[in-house]
Amino acid sequence: MSEVVQPASLALAVSRPKTAPFDWRRAVPLLLAAPLLIYMLVFYALPVVAMLLRSVNDPTWTLSHYATLFDDVVFQKTFWITINTSVTVTLGCLILGYPVAMGLVRAKSMAPFILVIILLPFWTSVLVRSYAWMVLLGRHGLVNEGLLALGMIDRPIRILNTPLATQIAMIHILLPYMILPIANALRQIDPSLIRAASGLGATPFMTFRQVILPLSMSGVAAGTLLTFVLALGFYITPAMVGGPRDITLSMLIAQQVDQLNWAYAATLSAVLLATALAILAVARKLPGVGNAFKTSMR
Amino acid sequence: MRLMRILPASVVGLILFFLAFPIVVVAIVSFSSATYLTFPPPAFGLRWYEAYFSNPDWLKPTWVSIWVACAVVVLATFLGTLAALGIARLPKALRVVAAGLILSPLIVPGIVVAIGIYYAYSRYGLVGTPIAMVLAHTCLAVPFVVTSVTASLSGIDPRLEQAALSLGATPGATFFQVTLPLIQPGVLVGALFAFITSFDELIVALFISGTGAVTLPRRMWDDLRFQIDPTIAAVSTLTIVLTAALMGAAHLLRKRAEQNRMATSSAAP
Repeated sequence: MSEVVQPASLALAVSRPKTAPFDWRRAVPLLLAAPLLIYMLVFYALPVVAMLLRSVNDPTWTLSHYATLFDDVVFQKTFWITINTSVTVTLGCLILGYPVAMGLVRAKSMAPFILVIILLPFWTSVLVRSYAWMVLLGRHGLVNEGLLALGMIDRPIRILNTPLATQIAMIHILLPYMILPIANALRQIDPSLIRAASGLGATPFMTFRQVILPLSMSGVAAGTLLTFVLALGFYITPAMVGGPRDITLSMLIAQQVDQLNWAYAATLSAVLLATALAILAVARKLPGVGNAFKTSMR
Repeated sequence: MRLMRILPASVVGLILFFLAFPIVVVAIVSFSSATYLTFPPPAFGLRWYEAYFSNPDWLKPTWVSIWVACAVVVLATFLGTLAALGIARLPKALRVVAAGLILSPLIVPGIVVAIGIYYAYSRYGLVGTPIAMVLAHTCLAVPFVVTSVTASLSGIDPRLEQAALSLGATPGATFFQVTLPLIQPGVLVGALFAFITSFDELIVALFISGTGAVTLPRRMWDDLRFQIDPTIAAVSTLTIVLTAALMGAAHLLRKRAEQNRMATSSAAP
């Protein structure tokens, strides 16, 4: 390339010495980022892409693996369970998360205490939290013993290894991802707006409904999308506390890899990944969500 | 009016109870003297901690996890800090692509990452080696280092670096004596996150730890398939304490760095 430019740039040769060191400096940022970018390509991105390619090149280039999904009953049932679980869990997180976010923002002296209670489970691994729910929901677990003692049931009921157990444990695990973005949005509401509303005679409920709730929607949207996308990919929790027949997409993928059915596993992976990315792509277009995402990821 | 105040407070209290209770139960069960899982425990004792500390089947995976996590900290912090310094100064289009690649492990479902890594690593005979665990966990840990360092870089007053350069410091000296001390809390927070990411990671470990590099979460998972005896409660409690201590440290570091930043920026007119 430089040879082609040579004749024209000869005339500018006088100004060259000034710009040459500058050009070298412009390469520094790329040189700093290059080791990590190459590392991520070699040990992460290319492996994932190579695996995903098995969905279209096994045994030869074909889209037949995707076409068969349309009459694949197992896939459709699994996909439905995954979406259904994610929606339920996200709604549960929203209902439980909003009051806590408000409590966190409003509390004064109690705020650090509330924050620790929110963050302590957040800092505990998914495996340990799922195990905690195994302990609580088991046949002789605390929940069953408690219900027996209260006389609400006659004999232990089955909660562990049901969809309900998966939902409870996933709500517990994902709740902080809902609380933190909402609390962020609530914190940014100008308190004078709330004072103005009540000064003008609005009841607390009206102030909430017409001032606080609309102004916190960016946080609600960010929390909802984050929770939903994370819920889609859950594997450990449904595998540990869920029912043996309530298989999520992630579990089906793992099962297919165990059977070395790579083409099918790759196809399912592509569907799962595409679903997650599509939701995020739509989410970023919503006003305010992009920013709320950025602040909550920090 | 009074009820209006008490009612939401009790609702919030109940939800906070829901958040904290399972973890508290695990901690209490771990001190049980019973030979089986029961709550509340008939009496308290340390037998499950003794069972853990005297069993090489538990101690060996613990050491594997610690070594892998330490190696990940070194690799991820080094690569991530360098990259964060570079990315902040890249042209916008390139910066978006680079950030997309580096941050994508936060969004791509864990199972997709895990089987992709398993698929490729198994072809090069890496499965079942601690090296594979380090290589894979570094990819998952790096996003946390890059975001943490980037956040602390964005808080630096550019005039400080300019002042150093104009007073005759070489770019190298400026970096080591001005930039690095300023981003040090961000680097430390990133390193702590990297450690915990690797130490707690299970999905990738399920596929590539094989029999030669069984980590602690993988050992717990295998054990839970057969029984849920209180040894796991003891191990869980230990990991909760460890991760909470490290995350708490990271949280305080970040808060202090923010306060410092506000103090310096308010001191400057």
